[in-house]
Amino acid sequence: MGILEVKNVNKRFGGLQALGDVNLDIQENTVHAIIGPNGAGKSTLLNCLIGKLEPDTGSVTFDGQPVLGLKPHQINQLGISRVFQTPEIFSDLSVLENVLIPCFAKRDGSFRMNAIGTVGNETDVMSTAEKMLDDVNMLDKKDVLSGALSRGDKRRLEMAMCLVQEPKLLLLDEPTAGMARADTNNTIELLKEIKASRDITMVIIEHDMHVVFSLAQRITVLAQGRPLVEDTPEKIKGHPKVKEAYLGETAA
Amino acid sequence: MDALIIQILNGLDKGSAYALIALGLTLIFGTLGVVNFAHGALFMLGSFCAVTISRLFQVSYVVVDETKTDFLGNPLKVKMPYVSDWFGPEVGAWIIDWSVPLSILFAIPIMVLIGVTIERGLIKHFYKRPHADQILVTFGLAIVLQEIVKYFFGANPIPMPAPDAFKGSLDFGALIGMQSSSIIYPYWRLIYFAFAGVLITSVFCFLQFTTFGMVVRAGMADRETVGLLGINIDKRFTIMFGIAAAVAGLAGVMYTPINSPNYHMGMDFLVLSFVVVVVGGMGSLPGAVLAGFLLGILESFASTTWASNMLPGINQIIIYLVAIIVLLTRPRGLMGRKGVMEE
Amino acid sequence: MMGLHKKDLNLLLIVMVLALFAPFILNPFPTDSALAQFNAGYPDLMQRFVIFGIFAVGFNILFGLTGYLSFGHAAFLGIGSYSCVWMFKLLSYNVVPGILLSVVMAGIFSVAIGFISLRRSGIYFSILTLAFAQMSFAIAYSVLSNPAFNLTNGETGLQVYASDPQWLQSASAPNAPHLFGLPMRATETLTVGGWDFQFNVGYYMCAIIMILAFYLSIRIFRSPFGLMLRAVKSNQQRMIYTGLNTKPYTLAAFIISGMYAGLAGGLLSAMDPLAGAERMQWTASGEVVLMTILGGAGTLIGPVLGAGFIKYFENIFSKINDNILHQWFSALPDGLEDFLITIVHPFIGKGWHLTLGLMFMMVVIFLPGGLVEGGQRIGAMFKRKPKDTNGGLSAPATPAE
Repeated sequence: MGILEVKNVNKRFGGLQALGDVNLDIQENTVHAIIGPNGAGKSTLLNCLIGKLEPDTGSVTFDGQPVLGLKPHQINQLGISRVFQTPEIFSDLSVLENVLIPCFAKRDGSFRMNAIGTVGNETDVMSTAEKMLDDVNMLDKKDVLSGALSRGDKRRLEMAMCLVQEPKLLLLDEPTAGMARADTNNTIELLKEIKASRDITMVIIEHDMHVVFSLAQRITVLAQGRPLVEDTPEKIKGHPKVKEAYLGETAA
Repeated sequence: MDALIIQILNGLDKGSAYALIALGLTLIFGTLGVVNFAHGALFMLGSFCAVTISRLFQVSYVVVDETKTDFLGNPLKVKMPYVSDWFGPEVGAWIIDWSVPLSILFAIPIMVLIGVTIERGLIKHFYKRPHADQILVTFGLAIVLQEIVKYFFGANPIPMPAPDAFKGSLDFGALIGMQSSSIIYPYWRLIYFAFAGVLITSVFCFLQFTTFGMVVRAGMADRETVGLLGINIDKRFTIMFGIAAAVAGLAGVMYTPINSPNYHMGMDFLVLSFVVVVVGGMGSLPGAVLAGFLLGILESFASTTWASNMLPGINQIIIYLVAIIVLLTRPRGLMGRKGVMEE
Repeated sequence: MMGLHKKDLNLLLIVMVLALFAPFILNPFPTDSALAQFNAGYPDLMQRFVIFGIFAVGFNILFGLTGYLSFGHAAFLGIGSYSCVWMFKLLSYNVVPGILLSVVMAGIFSVAIGFISLRRSGIYFSILTLAFAQMSFAIAYSVLSNPAFNLTNGETGLQVYASDPQWLQSASAPNAPHLFGLPMRATETLTVGGWDFQFNVGYYMCAIIMILAFYLSIRIFRSPFGLMLRAVKSNQQRMIYTGLNTKPYTLAAFIISGMYAGLAGGLLSAMDPLAGAERMQWTASGEVVLMTILGGAGTLIGPVLGAGFIKYFENIFSKINDNILHQWFSALPDGLEDFLITIVHPFIGKGWHLTLGLMFMMVVIFLPGGLVEGGQRIGAMFKRKPKDTNGGLSAPATPAE
């Protein structure tokens, strides 16, 4: 049994069947990519996993616990972190503060009224955050306002914010969208490092085949809201159904 | 039955004012994305347009009439308005009598000008600033406008008469076959309601049937895309702001015989109009109009002795109570669109 | 010391010195001199400085940290005032129960109002709080002042009458608000040369409470809770997907700032036992917004400066009349003198609100960071760093003090 199980998930928007009978079984400690042409339902699926959308039918189980009906922050507390297409960081806060917030969220839960303590005196949280920044080579920038970072650094910071929570599952929504090739390769390296250094499951939604084939161990192809095939990258590469989905029927 | 009709009728004129102000607020919010805290002040400026113009009509010089004497035996001094000189005494008297409706002609260009000036001179610079800044700067503007009016016109309400022809009341009861004078309704309120109806209809027609309106509606739905089409949306929005200002101003002009204008009337109406917008659904023009009339009528019902015996002062708070209930049960308002103000 | 870093401690010390020595600092001109009208060392005015300082410091915890712009905080000020006067009416003129009740009542009301208003954010939130404040004003002004159930005494304002029970009032206690027998209005005057320095009991009580309130606000700013509030302002989306529930954080901030407002309201009544509905009107809410913005929202000392600034100029501007203007400009040629007076006239005396509105716009347009930012800019102009060692990359990330 996998860490994340998606069973018979359906989602309709008016007349459009965005997701139809999606079944997924994501194994622990793997990198699983979900690919598919535009409008295949990749983002809808992701939003169902993190509680932003509620599927019409079906179930999603994470680590043995049902996820549906939980609020996004509750789902995160179960151990699912998410990296956004454009980096979502606290751009008015310093780099260190950005990483401190998830540390507090991990230690204190979704709400704790700690109005008298001083952030600087929370040594355990401080050292965790600084160690994390050191891991992603950003410790020298810890006092910089995060909004002033370069795009690549923002992505790096967002990763650090997710990883410092030690999530069991990391969801990545097109992490290299709109990036130049060099930045894309850097991101791939970063993700490889992350994967190599800890036990973590990753689900990547991606357009860029280069990224997918560099990282993924399993690939699910989604087309018109339905999973077409699920296999290893080698098998997917030559799969006729995949070509059909991407290039249209004439190419098959 | 007659009590019911009376309250509905009474609610119509206030409801009309709410609807007109809320309509302008929604237009500005929908197109420019700015919550205009100075919109009530525009309503107030419209009222004072009427005051000013009526005073201008009455500007007169004094002539001494040797044929008559006053009570001290001196020759009688008669005030002669210039308009009587220019247009003859009859027309002159008519102009003065009809100063409120005539003010409309002058108020339209004045209010459009004020609106365009405010948009170009101030609000334009705030599109990219946070919402809080927009609220604050228009709030400051509202204070400034009302203080300027207070400086020139004083703090006391200034009564403005309706034309003599409309001073009476309509015996509405007799009209619908009930006992005569069971339902009395002043003509001017009826006029106001009709005027509001015409104004609202023309705004809707304008948005529905002209190319300009189509672009503005498209811009309300998706500003960026319309901008990408190469249409100069900013210029149209400036004009839209002018129109919204004129609508608020006209609402103010025609409201003067119902409620003597004072400098703080803008804020009084603004807060309620915001509530109207929220109840109607942020960004929905029909919602704003519907909620305006509904809440106006509701307020009028709450003003009956029957209601105030149950809870004194209920008329003062009924609108807020309804707003809270609506927001708790239908957070988007009566006709609100999804995705508006849900950041 | 006291759990503060050096910078914050310095700031606290500055505020302490300013508050405790205000009777000297605000009284720089000899009593008989022509400039004495610029003095502000009167008990009444100094009390208002610190009380509105408390109000603004509390408002800043909500607006400065979370970015939620409430237009209804005057409601809590009013609730605090009424609560305090009721304690005077029912128990005694001792201010302690009154002030405690005003904080508690404001807290209770802010739970209810905050819970509903915080269902929405942005503009919606501002409008909702504005509507709540106007509703509270209408309730206080008319609904709760009917003969059968008179809680607020409507237009006249709530005050203590001889017929009130005052169950705990002892015969020996002063017949005016007092702190365990020490009357609030007791004032000691120290005459040094041409100067009269006034030391008022009520002022010092308010000043000490203000220093405590300011200290608490520093602690909140530097706490993990304060960090979360700044995160709310910065990016709610990221916060939610970081496993944090934003609702209780914003609600807690709302309640804290509501209680600060209640405290300020209670103190107003403790200084002058009369509570009127006009304290709840939207103009009063706008005033605290202005104080916070003018000083610098999100900074620690900004609201205190803003409150002092506005209350000082309100006092000065309202006092000035045409005669005083004539004195000032008498050295000028007559034509110029009259011209200047005509220009200035609309902004003084009763025209103070016009000045206030203009100031409001100017600050939002030109100085969104308020006086603190202005001070920093001026400071930066005078001591231009020889070399920008960070290459301009590192913007200051800690909130300005």
